[in-house]
Amino acid sequence: MAIREKLSGNEAVAVAMKQIEPDVVAAFPITPSTEVPQYFSQFVASGQVRTEFVAVESEHSAMSACIGSQAAGGRTMTATSANGMALMWEMLYIAASLRLPIVMALVNRALSAPINIHNDHSDSMGARDSGWIQLYSENNQEAYDNFVQAVRIGEHVDVLLPVMVCYDGFITSHAVENIEILENNKVKEFVGEYNPKYYLLDENRSISLGALDLPSVYFEHKRGQAQAMIDAKQVILDIAAEYEKLTGRRYGLFEEYKLNDAEVAVVVLNSTAGTTKAVVDKLRSRGIKAGLLKPRVFRPFPHREIREALSHVNGIAVLDKAEGFSSAGGPLFIEIKSALQGVSDMKIVNFIYGLGGRDIRVEHVEDVFMELKDRLAGDEGNMVNYLGLD
Amino acid sequence: MTTWHDQSSATYMKLDRQREHKVNWQDEPPGGVILRPGNSKEFSTGDWRAMKPIWIEEKCTQCLLCWPVCPDMAIPVEKGERTDFDYYHCKGCGICVEVCPFDAIDFVREE
Ligand code: SF4
Ligand code: SF4
Repeated sequence: MAIREKLSGNEAVAVAMKQIEPDVVAAFPITPSTEVPQYFSQFVASGQVRTEFVAVESEHSAMSACIGSQAAGGRTMTATSANGMALMWEMLYIAASLRLPIVMALVNRALSAPINIHNDHSDSMGARDSGWIQLYSENNQEAYDNFVQAVRIGEHVDVLLPVMVCYDGFITSHAVENIEILENNKVKEFVGEYNPKYYLLDENRSISLGALDLPSVYFEHKRGQAQAMIDAKQVILDIAAEYEKLTGRRYGLFEEYKLNDAEVAVVVLNSTAGTTKAVVDKLRSRGIKAGLLKPRVFRPFPHREIREALSHVNGIAVLDKAEGFSSAGGPLFIEIKSALQGVSDMKIVNFIYGLGGRDIRVEHVEDVFMELKDRLAGDEGNMVNYLGLD
Repeated sequence: MTTWHDQSSATYMKLDRQREHKVNWQDEPPGGVILRPGNSKEFSTGDWRAMKPIWIEEKCTQCLLCWPVCPDMAIPVEKGERTDFDYYHCKGCGICVEVCPFDAIDFVREE
């Protein structure tokens, strides 16, 4: 029997961490992710887990310690946000390129400057090309479920990549919700033992990691890394299917909400998808065929599947909680546009929204749908728009 | 599906030396992990040399001041005495030349 609990998003992830009981957690506090290592260090102090907790002096050191630990053969985890992850930058790429399946809770927060502690997706979107798998979570339940699945995804022999589980700072991390968690033994059974093929503390085989890689082989190693990301898609689906058997909760590459017959649809990540569902219901009651597509997996990006899911929709608004500064739209918009390349009779617009934690309400999302309807009726407008700014 | 064989990484240094880029990306172990550590010994750094140290044995007092400063361990020592340079690894940095108190190492342009 699953256990019903009232937990904040950070608590839920810290509990998942406790249930997984990794060998090492190395972390440095930063708002709004601080509670994850804070709760977890309490589990360590009270003897509820045997994990080695490393209190490091910076996020660069946190990720470095994670790399060392995972390379040594230990299952390793961390948590961070915004500038904390920015300080990990160099090490993020090294973790992915050395193919070390570290799991990180990335509690989305706006990057400085100007300094801001509230939620947007500029941190994880900046790291989208670092080689990490990225899972996004609408609410506390999804943050918990994604975190448990992340271990299996990253460690899969066809993948061997680090995974970041993203959820919205404060909105998800600090709000308390009723969720269902698994029993400790069920989680332990689901994640299993970590048995890496190659690890530095293997007494039967000496290896070297991170050596100079000259032009004659570096390209080959990058090609292998790219393949791991390609193969991760099927692994994510297989593990979701296994998790569904255990919990009854279904996960895929993305969630479709009333999308089947939708004429207008919003594509949006994380907590705003919840708000959008309420708007979709409201519009449906007024006879407007509205729908939602909420990507769960942003890396690898499921281009083909998203194209299939959206190609019948007449008008699509992609909501980005990150600017991206490409001058051609936000990062999610650019992916969706490339997925829909060549689909005719379709309007796609981009709305940048909620930067630095600017509140996004039902009315805002309603405005987006209305704007879409106007565009379909022939209104000219910008491709890239800023929601709520004049 | 990515596959890999245990030996492929160990052979790539040799392949690099022969300028035969016959490595298959599917055969490479993940992350370029080296399964036979210490194989950097097989990698010729001698061809990076622009200048070449020449040992003048008659002048050499076997003080061994040159041996510990060589960054490439290219001055082999046998039974407590240095022998001729290991030109497969010597990069020609000239540190040994600077350090030798007896002018027992000449430094010439690599031909
Ligand atoms: S420093 Fe000069 S004299 Fe001393 S061992 Fe080396 S070559 Fe010989
Ligand atoms: S020139 Fe440099 S690399 Fe060569 S033997 Fe002397 S110290 Fe070593």
